[in-house]
Amino acid sequence: MTVSYENSKIIFDGIKAAGIRSLSALPETWLGLLLQRAEDDSEIQLVQVAKEEEAIGIAAGAYFAGTPHALLMQNHGFFGAINGIVSLAELYHIPLCMLIALRGHWGEPYPWHTRGGIVTEGVLRALGIPFEYARDPAKVAKQIREAWTFSQSSLSPVALLLTRDLMED
Amino acid sequence: MERAGCIEMMYPELEDKLVVTIMGACAQELYNLGHRENFFYLQHAMGLASSIGLGLAMHLPRERVIVLDGDGSALMNLGTFVTLARYRPKNLIHVVFDNGSLLSTGGFDSQTATGLTDLAAIARGAGIEAVASASTTTEFGEAFVEALERDDLSVIVAKVAAVGPEHYGMDLQLPENAFRFKRWILERQRSAERAS
Repeated sequence: MTVSYENSKIIFDGIKAAGIRSLSALPETWLGLLLQRAEDDSEIQLVQVAKEEEAIGIAAGAYFAGTPHALLMQNHGFFGAINGIVSLAELYHIPLCMLIALRGHWGEPYPWHTRGGIVTEGVLRALGIPFEYARDPAKVAKQIREAWTFSQSSLSPVALLLTRDLMED
Repeated sequence: MERAGCIEMMYPELEDKLVVTIMGACAQELYNLGHRENFFYLQHAMGLASSIGLGLAMHLPRERVIVLDGDGSALMNLGTFVTLARYRPKNLIHVVFDNGSLLSTGGFDSQTATGLTDLAAIARGAGIEAVASASTTTEFGEAFVEALERDDLSVIVAKVAAVGPEHYGMDLQLPENAFRFKRWILERQRSAERAS
Protein backbone atom coordinates (compact mmCIF):
# COMPACT_ATOMS: atom_id res chain seq x y z
CA MET A 1 0.00 0.00 0.00
CA THR A 2 1.29 3.43 -0.92
CA VAL A 3 -0.06 6.87 -0.26
CA SER A 4 -2.08 8.10 -3.22
CA TYR A 5 -0.17 10.75 -5.13
CA GLU A 6 -3.18 11.56 -7.27
CA ASN A 7 -5.62 11.91 -4.38
CA SER A 8 -3.16 13.92 -2.29
CA LYS A 9 -3.10 16.39 -5.17
CA ILE A 10 -6.92 16.40 -5.39
CA ILE A 11 -7.17 17.11 -1.65
CA PHE A 12 -4.59 19.88 -1.83
CA ASP A 13 -6.34 21.47 -4.81
CA GLY A 14 -9.61 21.17 -2.86
CA ILE A 15 -8.09 22.99 0.10
CA LYS A 16 -6.97 25.83 -2.15
CA ALA A 17 -10.27 25.92 -4.03
CA ALA A 18 -12.07 26.32 -0.69
CA GLY A 19 -10.13 29.55 -0.23
CA ILE A 20 -7.92 28.20 2.56
CA ARG A 21 -4.57 29.99 2.58
CA SER A 22 -3.00 28.79 5.82
CA LEU A 23 -2.42 25.28 7.16
CA SER A 24 -1.16 23.92 10.43
CA ALA A 25 0.04 20.35 10.50
CA LEU A 26 2.00 17.63 12.12
CA PRO A 27 3.38 15.47 9.30
CA GLU A 28 2.48 11.80 9.09
CA THR A 29 2.54 9.22 6.29
CA TRP A 30 -0.89 9.85 4.79
CA LEU A 31 -0.44 13.62 4.96
CA GLY A 32 3.14 13.69 3.69
CA LEU A 33 2.53 14.29 -0.02
CA LEU A 34 -0.10 16.87 0.78
CA LEU A 35 2.27 18.78 3.02
CA GLN A 36 5.02 18.70 0.42
CA ARG A 37 2.65 20.47 -1.95
CA ALA A 38 1.81 23.01 0.75
CA GLU A 39 5.51 23.64 1.37
CA ASP A 40 6.15 24.24 -2.33
CA ASP A 41 3.17 26.55 -2.79
CA SER A 42 3.87 30.23 -2.19
CA GLU A 43 0.16 30.98 -1.76
CA ILE A 44 -0.10 28.71 1.28
CA GLN A 45 1.33 29.53 4.68
CA LEU A 46 2.27 26.26 6.39
CA VAL A 47 2.93 26.04 10.13
CA GLN A 48 4.31 22.74 11.34
CA VAL A 49 3.88 22.03 15.03
CA ALA A 50 5.57 19.81 17.59
CA LYS A 51 2.23 18.63 18.99
CA GLU A 52 -1.24 18.96 17.51
CA GLU A 53 -2.66 20.93 20.43
CA GLU A 54 -0.42 23.86 19.44
CA ALA A 55 -2.29 23.97 16.15
CA ILE A 56 -5.55 24.77 17.94
CA GLY A 57 -3.96 27.97 19.26
CA ILE A 58 -2.41 28.78 15.90
CA ALA A 59 -5.77 28.22 14.18
CA ALA A 60 -7.40 30.58 16.67
CA GLY A 61 -4.75 33.21 15.89
CA ALA A 62 -5.33 32.78 12.14
CA TYR A 63 -9.09 33.08 12.68
CA PHE A 64 -8.70 36.30 14.66
CA ALA A 65 -6.43 37.57 11.89
CA GLY A 66 -9.04 36.79 9.24
CA THR A 67 -6.89 34.26 7.36
CA PRO A 68 -8.75 31.11 6.19
CA HIS A 69 -7.01 28.24 7.95
CA ALA A 70 -7.33 24.46 8.09
CA LEU A 71 -5.70 21.92 10.40
CA LEU A 72 -4.16 18.68 9.18
CA MET A 73 -3.56 15.96 11.70
CA GLN A 74 -3.79 12.24 12.38
CA ASN A 75 -6.62 11.00 14.59
CA HIS A 76 -4.15 10.25 17.40
CA GLY A 77 -2.96 13.84 17.19
CA PHE A 78 -6.59 14.95 17.40
CA PHE A 79 -6.85 13.05 20.68
CA GLY A 80 -3.81 14.92 21.96
CA ALA A 81 -5.42 18.24 21.06
CA ILE A 82 -8.74 17.70 22.81
CA ASN A 83 -8.27 20.10 25.72
CA GLY A 84 -7.47 22.90 23.30
CA ILE A 85 -10.46 22.00 21.14
CA VAL A 86 -12.80 22.00 24.15
CA SER A 87 -11.39 24.82 26.25
CA LEU A 88 -10.31 27.21 23.52
CA ALA A 89 -12.23 26.53 20.29
CA GLU A 90 -15.55 25.33 21.70
CA LEU A 91 -15.48 27.55 24.78
CA TYR A 92 -14.81 30.74 22.81
CA HIS A 93 -16.80 29.79 19.66
CA ILE A 94 -13.77 29.70 17.41
CA PRO A 95 -14.22 27.65 14.21
CA LEU A 96 -11.80 24.86 13.31
CA CYS A 97 -11.74 23.13 9.93
CA MET A 98 -9.94 19.87 10.71
CA LEU A 99 -8.86 17.33 8.12
CA ILE A 100 -8.06 14.19 10.10
CA ALA A 101 -6.26 11.12 8.78
CA LEU A 102 -8.36 8.23 10.06
CA ARG A 103 -5.76 5.61 10.88
CA GLY A 104 -6.62 2.31 12.53
CA HIS A 105 -9.89 1.67 10.77
CA TRP A 106 -11.22 -0.77 8.08
CA GLY A 107 -8.27 -2.58 6.50
CA GLU A 108 -5.74 -1.38 9.06
CA PRO A 109 -2.79 -3.81 9.17
CA TYR A 110 -0.91 -2.13 12.05
CA PRO A 111 -2.09 -3.13 15.54
CA TRP A 112 -0.85 0.10 17.17
CA HIS A 113 -3.26 2.26 15.18
CA THR A 114 -6.37 0.19 15.81
CA ARG A 115 -7.61 1.47 19.19
CA GLY A 116 -7.46 5.05 17.99
CA GLY A 117 -9.33 4.20 14.82
CA ILE A 118 -12.03 2.37 16.71
CA VAL A 119 -12.80 5.22 19.11
CA THR A 120 -12.43 8.23 16.77
CA GLU A 121 -16.09 8.50 15.78
CA GLY A 122 -17.26 8.10 19.39
CA VAL A 123 -14.88 10.81 20.59
CA LEU A 124 -16.06 13.20 17.88
CA ARG A 125 -19.68 12.55 18.88
CA ALA A 126 -18.90 13.05 22.57
CA LEU A 127 -17.30 16.41 21.79
CA GLY A 128 -20.25 17.50 19.64
CA ILE A 129 -18.03 17.87 16.59
CA PRO A 130 -19.86 17.38 13.27
CA PHE A 131 -17.97 15.06 10.94
CA GLU A 132 -18.08 13.35 7.53
CA TYR A 133 -16.04 10.56 6.00
CA ALA A 134 -14.11 11.40 2.84
CA ARG A 135 -13.82 8.25 0.71
CA ASP A 136 -14.35 9.35 -2.88
CA PRO A 137 -11.79 11.52 -4.71
CA ALA A 138 -14.57 12.85 -6.91
CA LYS A 139 -16.36 14.27 -3.87
CA VAL A 140 -13.57 15.31 -1.51
CA ALA A 141 -13.10 18.86 -2.84
CA LYS A 142 -16.78 19.59 -2.25
CA GLN A 143 -16.57 18.02 1.21
CA ILE A 144 -13.62 20.25 2.12
CA ARG A 145 -15.48 23.33 0.90
CA GLU A 146 -18.55 22.35 2.87
CA ALA A 147 -16.54 21.57 6.00
CA TRP A 148 -14.96 25.01 5.74
CA THR A 149 -18.31 26.75 5.19
CA PHE A 150 -19.97 24.93 8.08
CA SER A 151 -17.11 25.65 10.50
CA GLN A 152 -17.44 29.36 9.75
CA SER A 153 -21.23 29.53 10.02
CA SER A 154 -21.46 27.37 13.16
CA LEU A 155 -18.34 28.84 14.83
CA SER A 156 -17.54 25.25 15.77
CA PRO A 157 -14.88 22.66 15.13
CA VAL A 158 -15.80 20.36 12.25
CA ALA A 159 -13.91 17.28 11.09
CA LEU A 160 -13.46 15.65 7.71
CA LEU A 161 -12.10 12.12 8.19
CA LEU A 162 -9.65 11.13 5.47
CA THR A 163 -10.14 7.37 5.02
CA ARG A 164 -7.96 4.58 3.65
CA ASP A 165 -10.09 4.42 0.49
CA LEU A 166 -9.05 7.98 -0.29
CA MET A 167 -5.49 8.07 1.01
CA GLU A 168 -4.03 4.79 -0.25
CA ASP A 169 -3.71 3.33 -3.72
CA MET B 1 9.08 41.38 42.07
CA GLU B 2 5.36 41.00 41.52
CA ARG B 3 3.68 40.22 38.23
CA ALA B 4 1.06 42.95 38.77
CA GLY B 5 3.84 45.55 38.91
CA CYS B 6 5.38 44.23 35.69
CA ILE B 7 2.03 44.32 33.89
CA GLU B 8 1.42 47.84 35.17
CA MET B 9 4.80 48.86 33.78
CA MET B 10 3.89 47.38 30.39
CA TYR B 11 0.34 48.70 30.30
CA PRO B 12 0.95 52.10 28.59
CA GLU B 13 2.65 50.25 25.72
CA LEU B 14 -0.25 47.86 25.19
CA GLU B 15 -2.70 50.35 23.72
CA ASP B 16 -2.12 49.40 20.09
CA LYS B 17 -0.77 45.88 20.45
CA LEU B 18 -2.49 42.51 20.41
CA VAL B 19 -2.22 41.05 23.89
CA VAL B 20 -2.96 37.42 24.81
CA THR B 21 -2.89 36.42 28.47
CA ILE B 22 -3.17 33.14 30.28
CA MET B 23 -5.94 32.41 32.76
CA GLY B 24 -6.60 33.56 36.27
CA ALA B 25 -4.39 36.00 38.11
CA CYS B 26 -2.47 37.20 35.07
CA ALA B 27 -5.66 37.92 33.11
CA GLN B 28 -7.28 39.60 36.10
CA GLU B 29 -4.30 41.85 36.81
CA LEU B 30 -4.32 43.13 33.23
CA TYR B 31 -8.12 43.52 33.25
CA ASN B 32 -7.99 45.46 36.52
CA LEU B 33 -5.79 48.10 34.87
CA GLY B 34 -8.55 48.68 32.34
CA HIS B 35 -9.82 46.33 29.65
CA ARG B 36 -9.10 47.15 26.05
CA GLU B 37 -10.62 45.56 22.97
CA ASN B 38 -7.19 44.35 21.85
CA PHE B 39 -6.79 42.10 24.92
CA PHE B 40 -7.69 38.41 24.75
CA TYR B 41 -7.85 36.45 27.99
CA LEU B 42 -7.42 32.70 27.55
CA GLN B 43 -9.22 31.53 30.67
CA HIS B 44 -8.55 27.84 30.07
CA ALA B 45 -6.67 25.62 27.59
CA MET B 46 -3.44 26.04 29.56
CA GLY B 47 -0.39 26.28 27.34
CA LEU B 48 -2.00 27.70 24.24
CA ALA B 49 -1.59 31.46 24.84
CA SER B 50 1.80 31.37 23.11
CA SER B 51 0.35 29.34 20.21
CA ILE B 52 -2.43 31.90 19.74
CA GLY B 53 0.25 34.60 19.82
CA LEU B 54 2.24 32.75 17.16
CA GLY B 55 -0.85 32.38 14.97
CA LEU B 56 -1.62 36.09 15.33
CA ALA B 57 1.97 37.17 14.70
CA MET B 58 2.42 35.00 11.59
CA HIS B 59 -0.86 36.06 10.03
CA LEU B 60 -0.65 39.74 11.03
CA PRO B 61 2.97 40.68 10.30
CA ARG B 62 2.25 44.41 10.64
CA GLU B 63 0.84 44.11 14.17
CA ARG B 64 2.83 43.75 17.36
CA VAL B 65 1.79 40.78 19.53
CA ILE B 66 2.51 40.33 23.22
CA VAL B 67 1.85 37.09 25.09
CA LEU B 68 1.64 37.10 28.89
CA ASP B 69 2.35 33.50 29.83
CA GLY B 70 3.15 31.68 33.06
CA ASP B 71 5.41 28.83 34.13
CA GLY B 72 2.55 26.39 34.71
CA SER B 73 1.09 27.10 31.29
CA ALA B 74 4.41 27.15 29.46
CA LEU B 75 5.30 23.78 30.96
CA MET B 76 2.14 22.32 29.45
CA ASN B 77 3.27 23.32 25.96
CA LEU B 78 7.07 23.26 25.89
CA GLY B 79 6.96 22.38 22.20
CA THR B 80 5.79 25.93 21.57
CA PHE B 81 9.34 27.22 22.13
CA VAL B 82 10.56 25.02 19.27
CA THR B 83 7.78 26.18 16.96
CA LEU B 84 8.41 29.82 17.92
CA ALA B 85 12.12 29.38 17.17
CA ARG B 86 11.40 27.76 13.81
CA TYR B 87 9.05 30.47 12.52
CA ARG B 88 10.67 33.32 14.45
CA PRO B 89 7.97 35.96 14.09
CA LYS B 90 9.72 39.33 14.49
CA ASN B 91 6.59 40.94 15.86
CA LEU B 92 6.10 38.69 18.89
CA ILE B 93 7.16 39.24 22.49
CA HIS B 94 6.60 36.22 24.71
CA VAL B 95 6.71 37.07 28.43
CA VAL B 96 6.73 34.14 30.85
CA PHE B 97 6.00 35.06 34.45
CA ASP B 98 7.61 32.31 36.51
CA ASN B 99 6.20 32.27 40.03
CA GLY B 100 6.95 28.61 40.67
CA SER B 101 3.29 28.10 41.41
CA LEU B 102 0.03 26.92 39.92
CA LEU B 103 -1.44 29.94 41.67
CA SER B 104 -4.75 30.16 39.85
CA THR B 105 -5.55 26.45 40.02
CA GLY B 106 -5.05 25.97 43.76
CA GLY B 107 -1.70 27.50 44.64
CA PHE B 108 0.31 24.30 44.39
CA ASP B 109 4.00 24.38 43.59
CA SER B 110 4.70 24.16 39.87
CA GLN B 111 7.55 22.11 38.46
CA THR B 112 9.83 25.17 38.40
CA ALA B 113 9.54 25.51 42.20
CA THR B 114 12.34 22.94 42.56
CA GLY B 115 14.75 25.60 41.36
CA LEU B 116 16.27 23.06 38.98
CA THR B 117 14.58 24.22 35.82
CA ASP B 118 15.50 27.33 33.88
CA LEU B 119 12.76 28.26 31.42
CA ALA B 120 15.02 30.85 29.77
CA ALA B 121 17.59 28.12 29.10
CA ILE B 122 14.83 25.95 27.61
CA ALA B 123 13.81 28.82 25.29
CA ARG B 124 17.46 29.35 24.31
CA GLY B 125 17.97 25.63 23.79
CA ALA B 126 14.91 25.57 21.56
CA GLY B 127 16.73 28.01 19.30
CA ILE B 128 15.35 31.40 20.30
CA GLU B 129 18.14 34.01 20.22
CA ALA B 130 16.74 36.94 22.18
CA VAL B 131 15.95 35.51 25.60
CA ALA B 132 16.18 37.65 28.73
CA SER B 133 15.81 36.74 32.39
CA ALA B 134 14.59 39.29 34.91
CA SER B 135 14.30 39.11 38.67
CA THR B 136 13.92 42.80 39.51
CA THR B 137 11.52 45.38 38.12
CA THR B 138 14.45 47.34 36.70
CA GLU B 139 15.68 44.27 34.84
CA PHE B 140 12.17 43.54 33.63
CA GLY B 141 11.60 47.10 32.44
CA GLU B 142 14.89 47.10 30.55
CA ALA B 143 14.20 43.72 28.98
CA PHE B 144 10.74 44.87 27.87
CA VAL B 145 12.02 48.10 26.34
CA GLU B 146 14.76 46.18 24.53
CA ALA B 147 12.18 43.69 23.24
CA LEU B 148 9.99 46.55 21.95
CA GLU B 149 12.97 48.09 20.16
CA ARG B 150 14.18 44.76 18.76
CA ASP B 151 12.93 43.70 15.34
CA ASP B 152 12.92 40.03 16.32
CA LEU B 153 11.17 37.42 18.40
CA SER B 154 11.85 38.08 22.08
CA VAL B 155 11.28 35.93 25.14
CA ILE B 156 11.42 37.37 28.66
CA VAL B 157 11.35 35.04 31.65
CA ALA B 158 10.44 37.04 34.74
CA LYS B 159 10.84 35.56 38.21
CA VAL B 160 7.89 36.83 40.23
CA ALA B 161 6.30 36.20 43.61
CA ALA B 162 3.40 33.76 43.84
CA VAL B 163 0.75 36.36 44.60
CA GLY B 164 -2.39 37.36 42.75
CA PRO B 165 -5.30 39.78 42.97
CA GLU B 166 -7.70 39.74 45.92
CA HIS B 167 -10.82 39.47 43.80
CA TYR B 168 -11.59 37.76 40.52
CA GLY B 169 -14.27 38.60 38.03
CA MET B 170 -14.74 40.28 34.68
CA ASP B 171 -17.71 41.98 33.10
CA LEU B 172 -16.94 40.12 29.87
CA GLN B 173 -18.27 36.77 28.66
CA LEU B 174 -15.66 34.50 27.10
CA PRO B 175 -17.11 34.36 23.55
CA GLU B 176 -17.79 38.10 23.78
CA ASN B 177 -14.08 38.64 24.41
CA ALA B 178 -13.25 36.57 21.31
CA PHE B 179 -15.82 38.35 19.11
CA ARG B 180 -14.71 41.82 20.18
CA PHE B 181 -11.01 40.96 19.87
CA LYS B 182 -11.60 39.75 16.30
CA ARG B 183 -13.68 42.84 15.55
CA TRP B 184 -10.88 45.13 16.80
CA ILE B 185 -8.41 43.44 14.43
CA LEU B 186 -10.84 43.66 11.50
CA GLU B 187 -11.46 47.36 12.07
CA ARG B 188 -7.73 47.98 12.27
CA GLN B 189 -7.26 46.20 8.97
CA ARG B 190 -10.05 48.26 7.40
CA SER B 191 -8.66 51.56 8.61
CA ALA B 192 -5.17 50.57 7.40
CA GLU B 193 -6.68 49.80 3.98
CA ARG B 194 -8.47 53.15 3.89
CA ALA B 195 -5.25 54.93 4.80
CA SER B 196 -3.21 53.26 2.06
